[in-house]
Amino acid sequence: MVNPQMVMYEEEFNQIQAVVDRLVKDANAKVVFIVDKNGQLIAASGDIDHVDTTSLASLTAGNIAATGGMAKLLKENEFATQFHEGEKANIHIQLVGNRVILVVIFDSRSSLGLVRLRVKKASEELNHIFESLLKKVAEPGADSPFAEITDEDIDNLFND
Amino acid sequence: MSFINYMAREINCKLVYYGPGLCGKTTNLQYIYERTNPEAKGKMISLATETERTLFFDFLPLSLGEIRGFKTRFHLYTVPGQVFYDASRKLILKGVDGVIFVADSQIERTEANLESVENLRTNLAEQGYSLDKLPYVVQYNKRDLPNVASMEELRQMLNPTAVPEFEAVARTGVGVFDTLKAVAKLVLTELRKGGSG
Ligand SMILES: Nc1nc2c(ncn2[C@@H]2O[C@H](COP(=O)(O)OP(=O)(O)O)[C@@H](O)[C@H]2O)c(=O)[nH]1
Ligand SMILES: [Mg+2]
Repeated sequence: MVNPQMVMYEEEFNQIQAVVDRLVKDANAKVVFIVDKNGQLIAASGDIDHVDTTSLASLTAGNIAATGGMAKLLKENEFATQFHEGEKANIHIQLVGNRVILVVIFDSRSSLGLVRLRVKKASEELNHIFESLLKKVAEPGADSPFAEITDEDIDNLFND
Repeated sequence: MSFINYMAREINCKLVYYGPGLCGKTTNLQYIYERTNPEAKGKMISLATETERTLFFDFLPLSLGEIRGFKTRFHLYTVPGQVFYDASRKLILKGVDGVIFVADSQIERTEANLESVENLRTNLAEQGYSLDKLPYVVQYNKRDLPNVASMEELRQMLNPTAVPEFEAVARTGVGVFDTLKAVAKLVLTELRKGGSG
């Protein structure tokens, strides 16, 4: 298959979570989350009980995919940053290392300038973490926990 | 591309419902949504036109239960079927783990089915996937209508490689879960084969 398997381990997850936790504070944001380009939520922080992060994750990825498609048509590399301004909530979307998407939702307690600044730093950190994660995944012996599953395990999933 | 999260102990997989316009892809998702317990599903999102034609995609996250302590989560997507939405279809296929081809069994949709399956093959190939290697099932939908092609004809045209196939009436749910289970099984079986994809 063309794409390497996306895997998340405890060590990197904790590092990523620390970055998004800090970004919520540093940027005065309401919610920060990270999504892979296929729309799967990787980490989230802030006031996440009041937003549907799964739906947002899928729509963010769709959005990035669509603008990526537009960029291609214009022979642009990629539109790495997007900003949507609402009446109360604003959303800042940043593509990190062409791999994952960093989303910051904020209101009038923060500002675009501050968010931009903090996102820039967080992106660099995230980039490093994801790079080492990818290396780890590529190592031989990084076996899937599913290597041992049986037909029975799979059948049982559908029997309830 | 499935996503194994050791931290959350869950595995995420992406399934795409493909097929010509109006064959019943959105209806499949709607039925699954209606018949799934609230704790096992997220919100269903439909990016549709005012006339309820799929504009970009429908999305439904589902949890199917645990395997060996890992939650299995499936993200179901549909593509817009109309020919001119091809760019969007390509985007939705990115990172796909399993495909359901929904055929419209009506005789007058024969061309549309053939075109769509050909389009699926081309769009997958563009991203380096082969339809013959991907977990893949075929659903013959709208079997309740009077003007349908016979199963033999449909099979011959749309399923030459004899992947698992199902007759369905998505509107009433006939065959909908059988189709979903079959492709989910294939995806999980694929995971067992290859650790790093
Ligand atoms: N008679 C019949 N109609 C169906 C069936 N499945 C879907 N439809 C209808 O076909 C139309 C198009 O369905 P939709 O799911 O929107 O198609 P999509 O374009 O593939 O997403 C709707 O009016 C559905 O109610 C079926 O099994 N039998
Ligand atoms: Mg539709």
